[in-house]
Amino acid sequence: MIDFYLQLPPLVQGLLKGLAVICVIFPIGGVCSMAERKVSAWIQGRPGPNRAIPPWFAWVPFLGKFLQRLGLFHVMADGGKMLFKEDPIPGHVNKFYFVLAPVLAMMPALTTVTTVPFGAYLDARGQVTPLGLANVDIGLLAVFAVASLGVYSLILAGWASNSKYPFLGGVRASAQLISYELSLTLSVLPVFLWVNAPGTAGTMSLARVVEFQSQPGFLGGMWFIFLMPVAALVFMISLFAETNRHPFDMAEGEADLVGGFHTEYGAFKWGLFFVAEYAHMLVGSAVFTLLFLGGWNPLPWVPLATVAGWLAALHPLLGHPIAIGLVSIAIFLAKVLALIFFFMWVRWTIPRFRYDQVMEMGWKKLLPLAIANLVFYMVAIAILQR
Amino acid sequence: MAAGTPVPREPLTFAERTYLPQILGGLKTTWRHLVTPKTTLEYPEQRPALPPGYRGVPTLVRDPHGREKCVSCQLCEFVCPPKAIRITPGAIPADAPTAHVEKAPQEFEIDMLRCIYCGMCQEVCPEEAIWLQNRYSTTGYTREEMVNNKARLYELGGTLPDEHLKWDRKKAAETAGNDRH
Repeated sequence: MIDFYLQLPPLVQGLLKGLAVICVIFPIGGVCSMAERKVSAWIQGRPGPNRAIPPWFAWVPFLGKFLQRLGLFHVMADGGKMLFKEDPIPGHVNKFYFVLAPVLAMMPALTTVTTVPFGAYLDARGQVTPLGLANVDIGLLAVFAVASLGVYSLILAGWASNSKYPFLGGVRASAQLISYELSLTLSVLPVFLWVNAPGTAGTMSLARVVEFQSQPGFLGGMWFIFLMPVAALVFMISLFAETNRHPFDMAEGEADLVGGFHTEYGAFKWGLFFVAEYAHMLVGSAVFTLLFLGGWNPLPWVPLATVAGWLAALHPLLGHPIAIGLVSIAIFLAKVLALIFFFMWVRWTIPRFRYDQVMEMGWKKLLPLAIANLVFYMVAIAILQR
Repeated sequence: MAAGTPVPREPLTFAERTYLPQILGGLKTTWRHLVTPKTTLEYPEQRPALPPGYRGVPTLVRDPHGREKCVSCQLCEFVCPPKAIRITPGAIPADAPTAHVEKAPQEFEIDMLRCIYCGMCQEVCPEEAIWLQNRYSTTGYTREEMVNNKARLYELGGTLPDEHLKWDRKKAAETAGNDRH
């Protein structure tokens, strides 16, 4: 099957990969929106959405009831609603850019996913090989470069809507994203300074960072969150701001901006913004997991290769590359979903910052902290690796 | 503290200015709520326990003999703040056993789209014929459906115990030759 796939023309391969991304990201976006509703409900002492169920599922004795209580069918109800709603375009908007904005929101969201490795397997030589759609050498740089394009959709949506609140939302979004992009990028530099020891081939690959975190020894198996807690903290906070999540969702700010940049949008176009937001969250969490939480390594100091050895000892079938690949994907996904839960948990815990507080925090606190952190690790790494 | 003394405002400590301890405290609180059992009543399946004296849908009741209590004095119609009640009074035929009551409603309508459940009709009724009982959910597809007529009001009301039975006493007084009870 693999051979058949590799024999296909590159264009068809790319098309298949693109379809795979869409088929994975859209359902995850839907499930995330449901998870958001559920988490908010649980935190507020409610059971949350738990009613929708198609009759043929209701006939399944326990599973049907369980899925109903979990609200799984509300995902489909919500998604279907988006598709079948009337999709009005207000008369005062610039139609071309108005329609272009949600499309533009989806593009970086779907593109960045391809550059993130999401698992690994042991090849014939026992080498840990990362799984990913596009294993590019510039890795993180590609993610940052494309992800920062996401802000254009917000600006475009705000501008094309031709009304006050969306415009203010777009302005806020652009200012905020530019401010926090700096801290975001600066906070990961120490990680790559550490990974790219002198004398080795320089790389920005995310898979290489995970590989670095799975070395033997006390320092080698240590995840970067323990080695560089400040960098992880700055990265996390910037991630909240970059994905427009609470407490930094200035761009939406329903209390002061109605709905922010998507005020004039409805139905499926609004849904695209929504999915894009969750896709950004997903990619952000994945990058955080790869950089600071050891990627597909189950525990600190327990790399995937060790677990693969245990599994192979248990049963030869479990040592098969596909089995190892599935295990690694499960571990990675569990970490990413835990981070997404954290995003939601924070959202339903704290109120939104004021806009001036957001700016002050970005420029006066986070950026100096990121620079100080970078200088500290520069000196430390220079002394250690001399 | 004496009134008017300003509360001292300490400058924020460094930890407070980072927001982080407070956010962690908040996360702890919300986590506690996340894991505690939910307090929601899942309505159509679970019904609330109604306290005594609950004011639900107004109904007409019969006395323990199964006789109509309302004498169509129309006090409830007059007192009703949203004017939800409409009574058409009627005479009781002279040959009926309850002829001494003189009047009974021919039609009695309560518009549940107007009713505000204030209970004034129950309070004003000299016959204790109208009661706000435990029913709290009324639905219908049309406006007409939401108007309870006399038959429906008696169906909802049923029979309530009565301590006075004043019309029995009046009848007894009459038969004893004392018509001024």
